[in-house]
Amino acid sequence: MVVNLAVLAWLFAKGPNLGVDFAGGTMVQLKFQQRTTIPDIRQALETIDLGGSTIQEFGQEGAFEFLVRVEKVGLEIAALGDQMKKALSAKFGADKFEIRRVEFVGPKIGEDLRWRGTLSVIAAMAMMGVYIWVRFASAFGAKFGLHFGLGAVIALIHDVLVTVGALMLANYEFDLTVVAALLTIVGFSVNDTVVICDRIRENLRKIRRESLESIINTSLNETLSRTILTTGTALLVLLALYLLGGAVIRPFAFALLVGFVSGVYSTIFIASPVILLWEKSFRR
Amino acid sequence: MRRGVLTRVIIFSVLALLSVLFLAPNFLGKKDSTGKTEMPNWWPDFLPSDAIHLGLDLQGGSHLVLEVKLDKAIENHIERLKSDLTNSIRDKGISGVSVERVEGTQLEIKVATASVDRVRSILKADFANLSEAKTPQTSASGTDFVMTLNREETRALRDYIVDQSLETIRNRIDQFGVSEPVIQRQGLNNILVQLPGIQDPQRAKDIIGKTALLEFKLVDDNVNPEDAAKSGAPPGRQVLFGQVGKGVAGASPAKVPYVLEARTLMTGEYIKDARVRPGEQLQGPYVELILNDQGGRLFEQITAANVKRRMAIVLDNNVYSAPVIQERIGGGRASITGSFDIKEARDLSIVLRAGALPAPVEIVEERTVGPSLGRDSITQGLTSFVVGGALVVLFMVAYYKGAGLVADVALVFNVLFMAAVLAGFQAVLTLPGIAGIVLTLGMAVDANVLINERIREEIRAGRAVRSAIEAGYQNALPAILDSNITTFLSGVILFQFGTGPIKGFAVTLCIGILTTVITAVYLTRIYYDYRIGARRLERISI
Repeated sequence: MVVNLAVLAWLFAKGPNLGVDFAGGTMVQLKFQQRTTIPDIRQALETIDLGGSTIQEFGQEGAFEFLVRVEKVGLEIAALGDQMKKALSAKFGADKFEIRRVEFVGPKIGEDLRWRGTLSVIAAMAMMGVYIWVRFASAFGAKFGLHFGLGAVIALIHDVLVTVGALMLANYEFDLTVVAALLTIVGFSVNDTVVICDRIRENLRKIRRESLESIINTSLNETLSRTILTTGTALLVLLALYLLGGAVIRPFAFALLVGFVSGVYSTIFIASPVILLWEKSFRR
Repeated sequence: MRRGVLTRVIIFSVLALLSVLFLAPNFLGKKDSTGKTEMPNWWPDFLPSDAIHLGLDLQGGSHLVLEVKLDKAIENHIERLKSDLTNSIRDKGISGVSVERVEGTQLEIKVATASVDRVRSILKADFANLSEAKTPQTSASGTDFVMTLNREETRALRDYIVDQSLETIRNRIDQFGVSEPVIQRQGLNNILVQLPGIQDPQRAKDIIGKTALLEFKLVDDNVNPEDAAKSGAPPGRQVLFGQVGKGVAGASPAKVPYVLEARTLMTGEYIKDARVRPGEQLQGPYVELILNDQGGRLFEQITAANVKRRMAIVLDNNVYSAPVIQERIGGGRASITGSFDIKEARDLSIVLRAGALPAPVEIVEERTVGPSLGRDSITQGLTSFVVGGALVVLFMVAYYKGAGLVADVALVFNVLFMAAVLAGFQAVLTLPGIAGIVLTLGMAVDANVLINERIREEIRAGRAVRSAIEAGYQNALPAILDSNITTFLSGVILFQFGTGPIKGFAVTLCIGILTTVITAVYLTRIYYDYRIGARRLERISI
């Protein structure tokens, strides 16, 4: 709970590190053939009026790759890549560097993407909640199903927040692939919630004697190995992706890694207690 | 049971064969000069012959979104309506009416009381595309109407302009020789352009984005250009600039003002063709315009009426040149000279040939990936696929032994089917798409884990092996379906929301889920059913 609030607070105070996809602006990825320093690059680019710009290293050590990020938006921005090419050629020589990638997003589109991104994550979480509710309502009746649904949604919100927090901690940029990762996390993390709820439902049918609490407990224990295993296999591949997939896909892999891990313990430590709490207050 | 097994084995073998056929072009075909795959001669025509389409982030290329700026076009349209209305009123002999364009897209019509009814009837009869923007104000002297374009007309105009722009852009791109460009309408006023493998994205952007409105206007030599540039143009005249020379060492070339008559004598819509011609001696290359019949006649009239005056050739409000009209020019040819190099001349001819854009466009999104990054991404993607796959395979065997091996075989088929579906539907593979395939590897074994864990449980609880397998599959199925449905749902949301590479991820994710259910559940079941049917099953390696 505390972690959630902390992340929320941080989110509103500082704001996540938005990539060009959401903030608008231009990003150029450069690769040099030999050792170059950031001040060198900045000096070369002085001839162009870049406004506020940041230059940072990108990718592995020894790759000599840099990201130049320009916030300014204006009529000339679309030609920025070309201007940069000329300026850098003048200082370093045209064959000593390469523009690997250019991304430019105008402010209107950036805003539109921001809006759609947030909306889709919220919509996905809501949909999952409804799905679980419907799925289990048929077995238990609407009220109970609702509890399952709510528990699942709260666990999902937690997962998303934790992932966002981790991304901010690691200072990764938020771009479209990060939102894609969040949506995948929403879809996947609800899996183990479903499995456990399924088990709870089965046990409730079989074991009539005991209290809800101990039934939930038993169900958790029974499914624990399975949950850890599935997430484990997914983590295996994600680790391969994170380490070997290259810098472009790395934030995506990182988000998925954090999100999946969070998914496991959120189901155990959050969804189930929530169901319990609701039930208790309901029975009272 | 045996028959059931055989049928299923046959079905899966057929599927596997189909998959191999779908994937064959990737290995057998060779890419020709336009990027299409060519199959060797013995490959029958009815079999698929397209290699997997790579997304821009793997192939290299540019993705552009252009916004069509409709405001200007709508203003021009209103301006035309204004002159139509003025003419119509004058022809009917109605007096006491003034029509002015205000606030960009509105017409203010001031009518003296006597003429109000007649004006109203004209508006209703001939100008039904106008509707009242504000309620008419009536005073002692007359009524003021404020009209604007009504909604259907605006929408129709918008659609027309965007479609026209799309066609013009398509014409321009056709002349570059990019293989398989994508040019589509996106949303209400955006155009999506994708140019795979483009070598010079800046040139492409320049050509695509140019409004390319060519105008012929007369130069007014009676007014001093320098003065007019400083203090503003006299009524009916405008000041436009041209450049002289190329500029020295990276500095911008000097700008020279011209005073022109604001009236446009002729526009580029009469151009039938535009060709680059080498110039004589010092002149450098120039662009020769070939006008259509109507244009030829019009040009002849203009030149005949204005011999010895200078005519400015203006492109997008830049004066390219302003030669003196020596004599009447028939034959429908004109030429544009300037300080071009051959590349500029060629690009100009492309743009003039394809025609002007009906409204200016602005680039609002660009994603360009160079080919080297694309290649690296493919390598990195494949590496993580191989390593991730190996890890999963090893793990399954280590933990579930025989049953793990069965699951691994199903995994191989899973990937085979996924790749075949991608190739078959000509879906585009992107870097996140590869990540999606890798992720599917990890999630596919999820189903097998569920089943195997259940089987283990049942065996531990004392069931006979055969019924344990039965029970394992039965009990695990609902949970498997649920979890895959939820992930599929988020895949669908991703597909709706995402662009380009993200869509690629959503596609592979969803395809992966479908193939996972088929292979991990049904394929492995075939194996167990076979074992069960073959002989009495005492133990299984699990």
